[in-house]
Amino acid sequence: MAMAVKLEKRLNPSAAMNVIVPLVSVLAAFVVGAIFLTLTDRDPLEVYTAMFKGALGSQYGLAETVVKAIPLMLCALGISAAFRMQLWNIGAEGQFYMGAFAASYLPLTYPQLPIWLMLPGMALLGCFGGGLWGLAPAMLRARWKVNEIITTLMFNYVAILWVDFLVYGPWKDPKGFNFPLTAKFPASAALPTFGDSRIHVGLIIAVVLAAVFWVVFEKSRWGFEIKVIGASEQAARYAGMNIRRNIYWVMLLSGAVCGLAGMAEVSGIVGRLQPNLSPGYGYTAIIVAWLSKLHPAAILLVSILFGALQVGGFFVQTMGVPASVAAMLQGAVLFFVVGGEFLTQYRFVSSRKEVA
Amino acid sequence: MGEQAFYIAILSSAVIAGTPILYAALGELVTERAGVTNLGVEGMMLIGAVSGFMAAIVTGNSWIGFAAAMLAGGAMGLIHAVLTVSLRANQVVSGLALTLFGTGLSGYLGKSYIGIPVAEPFRGVSLPLLGDIPLLGPVLFRHDVLIYLSWAIVLALWFFLSRTRAGLNLQAIGENPGAADSLGIPVFSLRYFYVIVGGMLCGAGGAYLSLASAPSWLENMTAGRGWIAVALVIFALWKPGRALVGSYLFGGIDALGFHLQAAGVHVSHFFLQMLPYLFTIAVLTIVMARRGGRLAAPGSLGIPYDREQR
Amino acid sequence: MMKQPLVQMRGIVKKFPGVVANDHVDLDLFAGEIHALLGENGSGKSTIMSILAGLYKPDAGEILVDGAPADFGSPRDAIDAGIGMVHQHFKLVEPFTVAQNIQLSERDGAFLLSDAAIRQEIKAFETRFGLAVDPDAPVWQLSVGEKQRVEIVRMLYRGSRVLILDEPTAVLTPQETAELFVNMKKMAAAGCAVVFITHKMNEVQEVADRVTVLRGGKVSGTMLCRDVHAQELVWLMVGREIVLNAERCASGQCGGEILSMKNVSALNDSGRPGLSDLALSLRAGQIFGIAGVAGNGQKELAEVLTGLRRTETGSIQFLGENVTGMSPSELIARGISYVPEDRLGMGLVPSLDAVENMLLKSYTHPEYSHGWLINRKAAEAKTAAVVQQYNVKLAGLSQPVRSMSGGNLQKLLLAREISEHPKLIIVVYPARGLDVGATESIHKLLMELRDQGAAILLVSEDLDELMKLSDRVGVMFGGQIVGNFPIEEVDLEEVGLLMMGLFRPKEERIHGDGR
Repeated sequence: MAMAVKLEKRLNPSAAMNVIVPLVSVLAAFVVGAIFLTLTDRDPLEVYTAMFKGALGSQYGLAETVVKAIPLMLCALGISAAFRMQLWNIGAEGQFYMGAFAASYLPLTYPQLPIWLMLPGMALLGCFGGGLWGLAPAMLRARWKVNEIITTLMFNYVAILWVDFLVYGPWKDPKGFNFPLTAKFPASAALPTFGDSRIHVGLIIAVVLAAVFWVVFEKSRWGFEIKVIGASEQAARYAGMNIRRNIYWVMLLSGAVCGLAGMAEVSGIVGRLQPNLSPGYGYTAIIVAWLSKLHPAAILLVSILFGALQVGGFFVQTMGVPASVAAMLQGAVLFFVVGGEFLTQYRFVSSRKEVA
Repeated sequence: MGEQAFYIAILSSAVIAGTPILYAALGELVTERAGVTNLGVEGMMLIGAVSGFMAAIVTGNSWIGFAAAMLAGGAMGLIHAVLTVSLRANQVVSGLALTLFGTGLSGYLGKSYIGIPVAEPFRGVSLPLLGDIPLLGPVLFRHDVLIYLSWAIVLALWFFLSRTRAGLNLQAIGENPGAADSLGIPVFSLRYFYVIVGGMLCGAGGAYLSLASAPSWLENMTAGRGWIAVALVIFALWKPGRALVGSYLFGGIDALGFHLQAAGVHVSHFFLQMLPYLFTIAVLTIVMARRGGRLAAPGSLGIPYDREQR
Repeated sequence: MMKQPLVQMRGIVKKFPGVVANDHVDLDLFAGEIHALLGENGSGKSTIMSILAGLYKPDAGEILVDGAPADFGSPRDAIDAGIGMVHQHFKLVEPFTVAQNIQLSERDGAFLLSDAAIRQEIKAFETRFGLAVDPDAPVWQLSVGEKQRVEIVRMLYRGSRVLILDEPTAVLTPQETAELFVNMKKMAAAGCAVVFITHKMNEVQEVADRVTVLRGGKVSGTMLCRDVHAQELVWLMVGREIVLNAERCASGQCGGEILSMKNVSALNDSGRPGLSDLALSLRAGQIFGIAGVAGNGQKELAEVLTGLRRTETGSIQFLGENVTGMSPSELIARGISYVPEDRLGMGLVPSLDAVENMLLKSYTHPEYSHGWLINRKAAEAKTAAVVQQYNVKLAGLSQPVRSMSGGNLQKLLLAREISEHPKLIIVVYPARGLDVGATESIHKLLMELRDQGAAILLVSEDLDELMKLSDRVGVMFGGQIVGNFPIEEVDLEEVGLLMMGLFRPKEERIHGDGR
């Protein structure tokens, strides 16, 4: 009698694995991170403890974690809309910058506007800037099937260079000692914050948006269209759905939400337009969206976790550990989630081999 | 500076700027011919660049650095192969993971190497006779040995694909793995092999940046060249010769921006830096529009192979 | 005493998730025989042969080749043991030339490819077995029959002694089938064991020496062909009596013209002409059968009628209205329905559940909506009713449909389309891959729909099915309808020739008025 383990495709994906895999993936990523930390002569336990304490051990740390989580939430929500339709929008970073740029136009040009005009106006412009930046690759994709992965990514570089151009050039604050910064926005252009913390209203916007996303994508007729197109473009065409129009709308929405994240960042946190606005929120948000299986509520939670990673990464810099340790861990998480998906689709069964 | 010297300088630096893209594009080409999409080129290049640089600093020998870069790129390829070939993971997301992980890890590892010079970077060698040809000589034949090596790889790859049995098998596993499998061609091990080889070439592309053209380490120094390489393979229609031409075209755009600025043209350098990215989008759009959205891509590109799929 | 079998398979068991495809199957193959493997779809014929070809690993049992145990870990091992299989879906690399495809199979070939040597070998097979193929033609340009020949040449080229042909006649015209049988006999005479998988009784009796019948994954009998009657084979295959050559259910009278196509041209997926100057007319209560070898414009015809493909020239009139160039949703709204060849992927979405699949075309209807939201409760009620009415078996309304059997998928798909009361329905290969029972119920549904006055365009490659259901039969070749007959005048010989583009009937038949 011989025992053999073989692989079998599950008839239906395992629900339990949908929860277990992401959790185990995060742990496994920390193990991989520990290997590289050890290889570079650092004590992983010490580094991880410091990261943990830095991000979650104090009120300040906790608040900063939420502050970093807000742009992640918004960008990941935006990305999730596109991913649902199998549109690989990895241009959240660029859409974030274009949203920030467009939103900054208002306070820099009309600083006297009252707050009730200023903030909605900025939000609208932010959505507009990000949305257009998402719409451009959508048009290329819908019209000529140009691979949106490459175009959205190329647009990221263009957007960042555009903002650089502005803050080093025409929008540079003349009174700014030649620093590449715009003038400080007026108080009317700042999103309200909670208490003394830097946590701003963007958090509420993200939570409300997540709820709206859930209703739209799970319950509405349009959400059904997106679901079908994402599952099978051929079936969607067969059912008479307009794929091209939906590519436009979804990428517009996706980009607009990422643009809103950029607006919230310049308005709620920075108070001006400047280079290096984002430490890669747009890319981290891809991991967040995938890890959350595109579920809006999960996106909110996972964003907090990744916000904590980001803050922890900043914190350990004081120990001489590069902040990119956070980026490394995030990338590793994605590896394990992607690989672990296998376990939701397949299972191992032991089979007793009959010997004739 | 004479007008001729100006053009020679541009063309010569086009070759240099195009070489890292060429290596990466060849790597992507090999991977995709085997039926596996790899969007981790950027991450593989960064890992190659940083590990090549570190090895060169530690050993003082750039060749060891170059070899280390290929090994590291190959290791990234191995990860991609495990995920996409064995675990049948989504190739798009696996590639993104490679890029994000590679960016983070290279930034982490390379932090203490920023600003250190390489002892013996790869330098231009004028080839005897060829280097003295007017115009062509300075443009093509006064480069470092890694550029000559890349030409050899292009030639070898072309020959391999069109004239050898193993090359035919490579194309078969990318076009129709089911057919190849039924004929006894080992689809899984060959896909592993070519994804790893592809990773090694991407690593080499990164090392060219940190050991020859820069030569130094900077965080994120590839600046999207890996993605340009991915686009270039589409433009090249998966043919090595076209990849060579395309790479130098992109190198030329890169070099043009730099030289225009040096020549005192009054355009913000931010716009000049945008050129390669905008050019990539434009070229991709033109290729797709001209072919009506139909490409000669390998038939099973992006689809994991599962023998017992029913 | 009998000579030793070339191949012995003993107690083979193969399980797939949810099904036992082979349950202790025994099979002997002798050199020089043509051995038919008979069984319904899903009886495990293809599985047992895929195991012999090294493609699947058995869960239990053993294989002996020349009396010695063989363990096939991969197709390579089976090839080395002299076993070759022509799969139902050809294993050819389409962009490659014939010569390249044959070279792919070479064992221990030289590192460099040699064109001259391969050409000579291919020529040799042509003279020996009459298997003519053009070594320089790219495979995608070949007809189905030619592709099959390439597959057979390739097997012989690498020295296969056991040749397995998986449903080789399913896609051939009658004439091509006859030619194939001659070739099979030549190969058996040359000392090969030829395994012939089929579900057609008459073919078994025409060409095979012995037959093994499979039912539900088990062997239900092995016997010499000359000792056996068709009725007995049917009983072994189905396990119950069924009436062969069921009486054709004659239609009532046809109603008015529903569809008229004139000079319609369209491109295929590779941008070449797919339909050229096609004319067609359909009446209410009529089943119009389209015969033809796959790839002669059937798919393009269906897609042009449903708005999925652009009409380049010509006009389409539907119920007196010019619908040329309308979008799929406009045509759906006018009552044109489509049951595509690709059930799971186009007609149904595998990852969605039964309710969502039911909603696929009607999600905007007011009865399933609360404003802009979907009324899932109403959709569930409707689906449950339909599932019961059409006797669809499924694990649950909220389970993804991908785990359903082919017959139930087709029933669900057809039920959805019928429940929208179409005026014209285009049905492509409706019974492909279904067992006898499911085929019967699908045919019954189509005839009921016809009796309710719908016009049905039935595309099939199974002439028996067409003869059974159609009121008129048109033959498609090269993107045109090259023959158009009322059912009483159909001559299968003539249809076969037309399918190969070899024969043009008199001019007036081409533009038959559809009555």
